[in-house]
Amino acid sequence: MAELFIELFMEEIPARMQVRAGEEFKRLVEDKLTGAGIHFARGEVHTTPRRIALAVQGLPTRQADVREERKGPRVGSPEQALQGFLKASGLASIDQAEQRDTGKGVFYFAVTEKPGGNTADALPALIDAAIRELPWPKSMRWGANQFRWVRPLHGIVALFDGKVVPGALTLRTAEPAPEASEGNTCLAGEVTSVTLPYGDTTHGHRFLAPDAITVTSFDQYKTALRQAFVVLDREERKRLILDGAQKAATAQGFVLKDDPGLLDEVVGLVEWPVVLTGTIDDEFMDVPAEVLTTSMRTHQRYFALQTADGALAPRFVVVANRTTADGGKAVVAGNERVLRARLSDAKFFWDQDLATPLADRRAALGAITFHEKLGTMLQRVERIEALAVEIARILGDDAATTDQVRTAARLCKADLVTGVVGEFPEVQGILGGYIARAQGQPDAVVTAIADHYKPLGPSDRLPADRVAVAVALADKIDTLVAFFGIDEKPTGSRDPFALRRAALGVIRLIVENGLRLTLLDVFAAAGAAPSVGQELLAFFADRLKVALKEKGVRHDLIDAVFGLGGQDDLVLLLKRVDALAGFVASEDGANLLTAYKRAANILRIEEKKDGVSYAEQAVDLRQMALPEEQSLLGALNDATAGIEPLLAAEDFAGAMRVLSALRVPVDAFFDKVTVNAPEADLRANRLRLLSRIRTTLNRVADFSRIEG
Amino acid sequence: MAETGTGGKPLSFQGLILTLQRFWAEQGCLVMQPYDMEVGAGTFHPATTLRALGPDSWNACYVQPSRRPKDGRYGENPNRLQHYYQFQVIMKPSPANIQDLYLQSLVALGIDPALHDIRFVEDDWESPTLGAWGLGWEVWCDGMEVSQFTYFQQVGGIECNPVSAELTYGLERLAMYILDVNNVYDLPYNDPTSRAPKTYGEVFHRAEVEYSAHNFEFANTDTLLRHFQDAEAECQALLSRGLAQPAYDQCIKASHLFNLLDARGVISVVERQSYILRVRTLAKACCEAWLADRFRKERAA
Repeated sequence: MAELFIELFMEEIPARMQVRAGEEFKRLVEDKLTGAGIHFARGEVHTTPRRIALAVQGLPTRQADVREERKGPRVGSPEQALQGFLKASGLASIDQAEQRDTGKGVFYFAVTEKPGGNTADALPALIDAAIRELPWPKSMRWGANQFRWVRPLHGIVALFDGKVVPGALTLRTAEPAPEASEGNTCLAGEVTSVTLPYGDTTHGHRFLAPDAITVTSFDQYKTALRQAFVVLDREERKRLILDGAQKAATAQGFVLKDDPGLLDEVVGLVEWPVVLTGTIDDEFMDVPAEVLTTSMRTHQRYFALQTADGALAPRFVVVANRTTADGGKAVVAGNERVLRARLSDAKFFWDQDLATPLADRRAALGAITFHEKLGTMLQRVERIEALAVEIARILGDDAATTDQVRTAARLCKADLVTGVVGEFPEVQGILGGYIARAQGQPDAVVTAIADHYKPLGPSDRLPADRVAVAVALADKIDTLVAFFGIDEKPTGSRDPFALRRAALGVIRLIVENGLRLTLLDVFAAAGAAPSVGQELLAFFADRLKVALKEKGVRHDLIDAVFGLGGQDDLVLLLKRVDALAGFVASEDGANLLTAYKRAANILRIEEKKDGVSYAEQAVDLRQMALPEEQSLLGALNDATAGIEPLLAAEDFAGAMRVLSALRVPVDAFFDKVTVNAPEADLRANRLRLLSRIRTTLNRVADFSRIEG
Repeated sequence: MAETGTGGKPLSFQGLILTLQRFWAEQGCLVMQPYDMEVGAGTFHPATTLRALGPDSWNACYVQPSRRPKDGRYGENPNRLQHYYQFQVIMKPSPANIQDLYLQSLVALGIDPALHDIRFVEDDWESPTLGAWGLGWEVWCDGMEVSQFTYFQQVGGIECNPVSAELTYGLERLAMYILDVNNVYDLPYNDPTSRAPKTYGEVFHRAEVEYSAHNFEFANTDTLLRHFQDAEAECQALLSRGLAQPAYDQCIKASHLFNLLDARGVISVVERQSYILRVRTLAKACCEAWLADRFRKERAA
């Protein structure tokens, strides 16, 4: 059993692409080995910023024999058919073919045994194909080559059983040279091709061990790389960084702020991680922490440290890609200096931003176009203000709260024209909150401004304060109504204005805070035409299904409740869905559902045949021949009378319990009564009874939408 | 006059320029001079934009004064300027060892790789107005972006073949780092021990104040708009004659006028896109005209 080892060595791969590329390369090579009849024990792939290394263990040195069978014409077929078969199968004469009875007659079979070749012979083409098929999110050409790769590819190590696999990757094929202009040398079309031969040499760390390393096996490669200052295993680099950062934090009396996303990126930026700690100048510590961390994280890839009570500590952790002669002194000093320059810009803007009252920024908002067809940002703020106040009224907020809602809504977008948000768009809202606080706004207004973009996803923190909720709802509903109004709805994967996220935000705000409001009224208050309101409600129904699917709620139950029409109170709607789920899970409920479907099926067929709707006809007591008809009518009347007050009291579980009482008379009816009686009057009356089953059950949900 | 100290480390802003010029000249680059027009970045120089196209080899370096009207801070911000210098290198086709050459240039500038953390961090470059893009990195030295490193893939919407490597050094920032100065205006412009030392501020501070006022307050927007339209029309007229580089001058003008209009705050978000598109349309046509070389061919015929 032998080992196949491949290393692709290149210029720095973007951090976000490394893991995927490694996995894809492993999959491609493994699939191709399997396809070529080369079985193996297991593969292992590693990635660093400069390399993809794949080792596949347990390969045979010879490929498995391949037995090919081809079915030919029936024995006794015309000469022409036999000749065609011989040509296709490569047999010299028909005597070489086997005759076999297939049960449908005796046929010729050509059987060829292909002995497996040397594995080594199959590898060059296989490796070439795997490299060429590796998908990169973005790829490029370099020099005068035609070959595309993520960044220039410099070396390919390919070893099988310790020997170099003969082969090369063609970077440029020969082509005729085009005419050079101005007497310059022309380099685009060389008459010779350029290749990158497979070999057994690679290099270590770019600065710490740049010399060539000869590879003989995967084990030796790992050891050699470690000596050459490369930690091959991504998970090991991750551990080194995390442990180092935590130790550094503890040593300074702080706690490392958890940031798995940043860790994943930093792991892809270093081959030899060295954790260092720097200091944030005191003069910057009064700038909002979010501004500092945004600058540190997105621009510099620094980890933040916190004090025991969760405040930002005046330290940062930077992960360098090497040890240095001075123990990292110059590296830390350089990083501190960069951070100082960045933060002094932030502080400059912050000090300036504080000097202008948020309310005075309205004019500047008037100069920003929100969207070509939707006016300026100021007009949007005015719409949000009116809508937020209306939502507060619907939710029954008192005058003082409503005043705070109005103030927060008026100021919520003012920070878009501040210097800090101009530099750090990620802190929009949050910064407005800081300025509002500094300018003496009450806590509720500050929180509402800071949180009005929230929630930004299914797991984002949700505003709970009344003022914040009203403004957050108004912000999102204005967006939805505005874009649906100009027919800019999401299609397929295209959702440029993040309307799905906005709708999910509204759903979470309403459902998780238990807010009672009718969405169609709110859409109308936001200026939606009735048709737009209905479209939006359907959009919400879809989003609700997606949101609840993860919680295991059946989408057909949501459809069944939406099917009632006019269901725009999400809290009520979910209460119904809940009760319905309990009902159809019960034996009585499941049984009634079956009966409902039976009744609906019969009605659909007979109503079509008769061209009438029995729903509009009252049941005629005189046209009853059997006691089961009478008891069913009685039970339906009782049920109708019983559920109405319960529905009015929103006691849906209670209403479902009342409906359960229908099971026995309904079952008895279907047992004993022939609906399609020969007597026309009896038949019509029985169809009316079936129709009553349908209308009665449909009072709590549209049972026809329920599956199963 | 000494512009570099022991080990070749530059002692001044101009020393840095001289070091880079000498270094890249030794790598076979033509030392070009700045283009005599207002541009937003060194890439606009025809020695990059136009020469990145076509099959000929091309290796050049030059300093390019660059203007970003919106970045004006009236001379009050220690890190930001509306007029600054880029050092630009273009090598076509990109040499296989271009990363190493670049790192050697840092060593020439006195950055000792044994003491610093130098990294190539993904940063793909795109110029919407030039219809150009490429893949590459920001080069970080101890967390500071010291250069932009790009393999050009398209310019003027045209595939680059062969591909050029483009290196852009932000000279002021690099000088501040190497010379350990925290305020750009304190940079020694020439050797501080020379007979007549000057700081960067003594040379440029007044211009920063005046141009900031011009960019944000006093540039006449009606005139700018008219000039934009004139440049656009002139560019198209010259293109109809097949005069690629004169037409490209007008495209550069239009681009700078757009930047000024933008700084004056009279371009809305929506209009912005359409202005960028108009400049890009010009740039693409100029690049096509450059490759077609029609005027010379017709005269010769």
